[in-house]
Formats: sequence, C-alpha cells, structure tokens
Amino acid sequence: MTLTVITGGRLVDPNRAAPALDVLQSSTEADPAHTLDVLVDDVTGTVVAVGADLAAAHPDARPLDAAGCLVVPALVDLGAHLGQPGFEQAETIETASRAAALGGYGAVVALPDTDPCTDSAAVVAELRALAKAALCEIVPAGALTHGRDGVVLAPLGELSDLGVRLFTDAPRSVQDGGVVRRALEYAAGVADATGAPLVVAQRCRADDLAGRGVMHEGRWSARLGLPGEPALAEELIVTREIALARLTGGRVHLQQLSTAGSVALVRAAKAEGLRVTADVAPAHLVLTDADCAGFDPNLKLDPPLRTPADVAALRAGLADGTIDAVATFHRPCPPDAKELPFDQAPAGSIGLETALAVLLPLASDGGAPDGAGKLPLEALLAALSWQPAAVAGLGDRHGGPIEPGRAANLAVVDPATRWRFEAASSASRATNSCFDGRRLTGRVRHTVVAGEPVVIDGEAQR
Amino acid sequence: MRHLLSTEDLSPADLADLLDLTANFADIQARDIKKVPALRGKTVVMAFFEDSTRTRTSFDLAARRLSADVVTFSAGSSSVKKGESLRDTVETISAMGVDAIVVRHASSGVPRRLTEWTDAAVINAGDGWHQHPTQALLDCYTIQQRFGSLEGRRIAICGDVNHSRVARSDIDAFTKLGAEVVLVGPRTLLPPSLEGWPVKVEPDLDAVLGDLDVVYLLRIQQERLGSALLPSLREYRARYGLTRQRLARLRPDALVMHPGPMNRGVEIDPEAADDDRAVVLDQVAAGVPVRMAVLYRVIGTGQFELDPSEGEAA
Repeated sequence: MTLTVITGGRLVDPNRAAPALDVLQSSTEADPAHTLDVLVDDVTGTVVAVGADLAAAHPDARPLDAAGCLVVPALVDLGAHLGQPGFEQAETIETASRAAALGGYGAVVALPDTDPCTDSAAVVAELRALAKAALCEIVPAGALTHGRDGVVLAPLGELSDLGVRLFTDAPRSVQDGGVVRRALEYAAGVADATGAPLVVAQRCRADDLAGRGVMHEGRWSARLGLPGEPALAEELIVTREIALARLTGGRVHLQQLSTAGSVALVRAAKAEGLRVTADVAPAHLVLTDADCAGFDPNLKLDPPLRTPADVAALRAGLADGTIDAVATFHRPCPPDAKELPFDQAPAGSIGLETALAVLLPLASDGGAPDGAGKLPLEALLAALSWQPAAVAGLGDRHGGPIEPGRAANLAVVDPATRWRFEAASSASRATNSCFDGRRLTGRVRHTVVAGEPVVIDGEAQR
Repeated sequence: MRHLLSTEDLSPADLADLLDLTANFADIQARDIKKVPALRGKTVVMAFFEDSTRTRTSFDLAARRLSADVVTFSAGSSSVKKGESLRDTVETISAMGVDAIVVRHASSGVPRRLTEWTDAAVINAGDGWHQHPTQALLDCYTIQQRFGSLEGRRIAICGDVNHSRVARSDIDAFTKLGAEVVLVGPRTLLPPSLEGWPVKVEPDLDAVLGDLDVVYLLRIQQERLGSALLPSLREYRARYGLTRQRLARLRPDALVMHPGPMNRGVEIDPEAADDDRAVVLDQVAAGVPVRMAVLYRVIGTGQFELDPSEGEAA
C-alpha cells in the first residue's frame, strides 16, 4: 500500500464552496483555517482521510504540496478524440491520456469516430485493453448508429450491457430526425429494462444549411472571403432535438453549443423541465471568429468560432447552469494537416492540457476584459468536473465530494502560476492547438487518479 | 512595403504612391526600349497554384522589364499534385534563394500563410474570394487616367460580389481614394454580412445606372446555378446584365469596366464590351506598369531612381 498526502490545499467540491479566486491568487501564504490535508491510497484507489496535519500523522505517506492551491475532484471530459484505433499517426490513448492528466482530468469520454468506430462490443473491448496504458480513466462512448451512418441504430442494448452510457455519432450530426427520435425511444426502453441511464448525445449541425462553410458566417467570413456556416445550422438541430426530447420523454445531451440562440433554446427547454443537458468547448468561451483573420487553420474549429455576443451568451449559460459541462472535443490532427489552406484543412484543436488554464481566468476579474460577465469559480469547476461526471454516469467515482471512502480522483490546481503553452511540447502527439503560444494563468500541479499521483509538480509520472 | 497581401493593408498614401510610381513605369512602357535595370540580380518566382494566363503573363512581363530573373512554377507541373504540403513547397522554393514570390491560389489566405514560411516578399496575385490587390491598383489607375482622380466618383460594382476577390480589393481601394461604391446584384451573390463595409447596396441596376461614373461588371460563373444562387444566366442578364438598352442609358463619359475574362451575353452584351466607354483593354494594359510598381516597392533597393534618361541608358 502506498499512501500519498496532499497537504495545505483549499478543498472545493460539490459540498464545499469555492473561495474568491482573486483572494486565493493574491494570498502568498496558505490560510490554515481553510486548508485541509487529503490522504489517499493507491491500492484501494480511495480517499483514506481528510483533515488537518495528516502529513505529520502519516510520515510514511508521500507528501504533495498543495499550499496556495485548489484541491478539486479531477476533471471529467465528455468528449475527446483519442486517435485509437485507427488514427495513431495523430494520437494514441496513452499520449492523449498523458495530456489529459496534465490538464487535471481523471476521466475522458472517448468519442466513437475511430476506425473501426465504436459500434460493436469488439471495439469497446479493444478500447478497454488500450486504456490499460492510460494515465486516467478512458470511458468509451458508443456510436449512435451503425458505422456512424446516421441510418441504422447501433446495438445500444449490447453496448449498454458493457457499461457504455453515452451514445453519439460526433463529430457527425445525425441528420435524420426520425432516426434521432427512434434512438431516443429505443435508448429509453433499454434504460427502463436495465436501470442503466443512457444518454443520446448529438452534435448539432444541419449539414444542408452548413453547406461548405469553413467558419462562422458573418462579418469576418464576408471580409476574409471564406464560405460561412450560419448559426442557424446549429440552432435548427438544437430546436429539433429539444422537440424530440419533449415528444419522447428521452434524455438528450447537446454537444458543443456555440451560439447565443442555442443557449436561449436550452435555457427554455430546462425551464420546461425537459431532460436536456448541454456542453461547450473551452475555445468557444474565449475565442471569436475574428481570431480567424490570420487564416491559421488551428483556429478552424467545428463548430466554428462565433461572435463576441455568442461568447458572452455561452459564458452566461455556463454561469446560470444552462450549459452543464465543458467538453474539450480534443481533436488531434496528423502532422501536416493544418499546413493546408484554411478552407482545406481539417477542423479541430487539441485541448485536454489547456482547458482549465484557459478558463480559470474567466473566474477572476481579469478574465472578462470584453465586458462579458465574470464566471463564478464554482460554476466553472462544476462544469469541468461533477456535472459532466453526472452526465456520463460516472458519479460513483468521479466528481464526488472529497471524503473518506470516496474514489481518489483529484486535481491540485495552482491558480496563480503563469505559463506559456507551447503546442510543440504538448504531451499530446498532435500539435494543432488553437491556444498555441498563449500565455495562461493557472496550472495543474498534481493529478491523482485512483489514488495514484500520475502528475506531480506538473510532470507526468509515466 | 514588405509584402502586398491585401488592399486593406494599404493606406490612401500607399495607394497614391503606387499609382504615381505606376505612371512613371507607364511612361517607360511607351518607349522603344521598355526594360530598366531596377531589379537586376533579383529573382521572382511565379507560384501559380491556380491557372491564370492573364495575371501570370502580366506579372512575368513586369518582372522581366525590371530586369529580374523570373522562374515560373505552376501547380500542374509541380509536386503539389503529388501531395506535398503547401509549406514544404514554399520552403523548398525559398531555400533556393528568391527575393519575391508572386502567389495565386484558389484558397483565401494562402499568401498570408506563406509569409510565415518564407523570408521572401510575398505578392498576392489573387487568393480565393479574398483579395486581388494588383487588380484593384490597375483598376484605380485606369479610372484615374480617365477622370484625373477617384475622389467623389460614383462606382457600381455589379454581380457576384461574394465570390469575388476583385470586388473585395476594389471596394477597399476605391473608397480609400474617395470614391462612392454601390454594390448591385441579387442578394444571393452579395456577402452574407456587409457590416463595416463602406458601401451602399442597390438591388436594381436600373435605379443607379444613369448616375454612374463607372459600372464595374463582375464575371458570372456557371457553377453558381448549381447552388441555388441564381435561377438562370438568362434571368441574370435580364436583371443585371449590361445590355444594349442599358448601355444607352449610361452617361456618355461613364466607364464600363470588367476584370476579364468576359462572358459576352451574360453580364455584358457584345455591344457594351465593344463600346467606346468600355476600358477593359486599358485595364489590361495598366496591369504591367502597376505590377512593376508593386515589385519595385516590395523588393527594389531604393537606389534606382526613375530618371527619365535612365530608360534609354539601360
């Protein structure tokens, strides 16, 4: 048995309120009245004790300094492209999981657009085997339709029996509303029969209206001479899926919202009591279509970067709980892919290593120079950890309160560290980051997964 | 001037300077011996990833008349078709020691990207729907030749503005030089947003025709029909084509301009194309001195003075 003790940190979890980040950043000394030590065990994978001066009581335990840091449940990503099987030239589960651990993640949902895609028990088994090399938990998501063809349902029941809870064809959006309706009904039936809560998740994009758009349709696409994808392409499917949730009583998760209109639609759906949840990517909370002006394909995302008004609405949606989760949709590209012209390059950005650091400044006064409201730290941490854990059905071991007997999946975050992210030195095999070269404030110091310190002082341990 | 990527990057003073320099080079073009040694020892690469006989020939002549060495690289005969990345191609070209790369590409933004991968000066010879700055300069020069200045002139740009790099560059340049620009065309062919554009929009060509100093017609491409942007070329001609009837309503001193190649019988009737007011060939003729001016400003050493006697001396 190897014990580790996290010392002198400020605990924040679903049961412990967050301090004001500005106060925490400016205080040079840890305030002993608000800090606790956390003792974890890597054999049982659980928290053994939470209290004062646990380091002194357990001299045999490996100490991890958390002075001046937040100690939070490890983050949970509702969707990342991990490259395996099929796209190993871009990423592997091992490299992606290292980036994830460095970013404070304890669990990452593996999106099903692999080759072959995750529409069979065999691929789920392969993912589980590959995940043994991972530094954090890898949670397979199932394809919603066979071969992600948008026509024939994937074996939701069989995959559910293997523990798969979230089904999506992402990054594709199922175009046929009839198929989505049947998927919701069928998944609800499986859930009723087995007691397993299944979630139908959908990337919202009407392909016909999106056309050949390569960025947000608006003043910048007009100026740059690039075909645009209108906000309506997203909002139309958001509207449809909310209506289908109403019709079927099914459980829908809307992925990667990017427009103010989508936020308003989801807010109204939740007020109505529909079983709808939603996520947003970090980039859509901080970048806009104006950032595409240099024609750098690393800024080409799917959905595309939108306007400052959309960014403000997404932040407000995160703050008031309309948006449940931040999901990276970490999308590694092969080496030369982003050296193509903007309109020809594939969309997407890596994001596991930077998500928290990119968003943490939004929770302090310095984070909203553009007039958008400040994001409460609690809302941000909830959206990065316990709320996505609940959506993915991982609440038994992720995102829970930091208490003895609970799974020891923890991230220790130093909110004051200033650093510069260089994609070339990312742990991810890919370098296509929309935040390459960006100066960031706040960094994960330690990550503990199932009681094992996989990141210590910002260094991956394996 | 380090590169020429977009007319957005040019101030009114930059435009005026380039047009003055163009006038000087145009004078040299009127001489018996048209070549000057301004860029002797410099190497210019024509990197045409998209076919363009007109623009390439014009740049080629401009570079040669400045005594630069010219290498032509076109996608059809290059390794680009073998899957080499754009970056590899450009790094390979610039490793050979070139001073300027004149680039034409079907994708918007490629010239801008190139500047990140090469030390050579980059001149945009047309990128996607984005910009075609030397076309705008030669258009300005042509208008200035006729009217003395663009100040206060009323110019209609008519047709497929959204898919036109010429329109984007012209709008910037014309308005910076004091002209008033009105965009005319079906809503489907105008940009999805005109926020921040210093233009007016007029859906009816006949409503503005009689007041124009310049009617600038853009080429209509057959492929626009396939994406539900237009019902037919016939309907386009009826509503937006410069027909013989419309030509009769144009002021006698107005100019008819077109970036070429023209679709006679679609956006312009043969009578209009051959009318005295059509200055399409003047535009083409202005292309060489404009591109000489641009090449000279971008890679000229500044030691060469445009002494009237020097042309003959060379």
